[in-house]
Amino acid sequence: MFVWFHRLASPPFFYRFAEKLAPWLAWLSLLVILAGLYGGLWLSPPDYQQGDGFRIIYVHVPSAWISMLAYMVMASAAAIGLIWRMKLAHAVSAAAAPLGASFTFLALVTGSLWGKPMWGTYWVWDARLTSELILLFLYLGYIALNHAFEDRRTGDRASAILAIVGAVNVPIIHFSVNWWNTLHQGPTVFFGPKAEMPPNMYIPLFIMMFGFMLFFAAFMLKRLQVEVLQRERNTAWVRELVGQS
Amino acid sequence: MKSWHEFITMGGYAAYVWSSYGIALVIMLANAILPGRQQRRILKELRSRMHRREQSE
Repeated sequence: MFVWFHRLASPPFFYRFAEKLAPWLAWLSLLVILAGLYGGLWLSPPDYQQGDGFRIIYVHVPSAWISMLAYMVMASAAAIGLIWRMKLAHAVSAAAAPLGASFTFLALVTGSLWGKPMWGTYWVWDARLTSELILLFLYLGYIALNHAFEDRRTGDRASAILAIVGAVNVPIIHFSVNWWNTLHQGPTVFFGPKAEMPPNMYIPLFIMMFGFMLFFAAFMLKRLQVEVLQRERNTAWVRELVGQS
Repeated sequence: MKSWHEFITMGGYAAYVWSSYGIALVIMLANAILPGRQQRRILKELRSRMHRREQSE
């Protein structure tokens, strides 16, 4: 097992591995997301307060979840890159950033489209919304800083520090609805006697979250391949790969 | 949902629900298409660079 992980950290081995695995994950994510959409948009009952408007949850919650997951991936890889100077680690951070930024943007936009009919406003400066907006700026700052230097390695190190410092924002987003009085609703109880959602409402939500995770994994691998190609373009294995294709 | 009509109108929330899903589709499609295209572009670039080098030798 350990040997296998060690080999995965070698760029040529990883590249070929990702080439095989990514399409499978991508198609699987499509199937899972379609199943979740069918459950969420058709089978689940309307909410007793929000009617069919609550169905935005099936895209909003998975996006918000991926926005934080991608940040944890980005920040942990950045730390590994700084401490152990692992080749692939900074590439992982750089690959996670645009995906994370996309899902943060999607969480903000769908939240805003949900807020308008339910709260009467597209935006409010409460703790949950503001900290999620800061997350978007952290991603954009990371991407800008990563590309700001002539030498890629300097950019990797500078942006890694930003990613690690910014990680403090992730628990703030998560617990904001408990720590502060927010207009954003608190955590939903799924199980037990106080459950706020029937199974035919939350099962599609879990399916969608799983589908989004598969999507993230698939295109994380794809973006990582691009990063690896760019960073290793002058190496023997890339020349060999180009020669074969 | 009991009917297609109910599905499309979303109980009066159609504008909010369907624009949410529309934006999600656009963003996810972009994320699905762009990396593969970039990968092919880099490979093509490296291939033509290799050919030029072979010809000049």
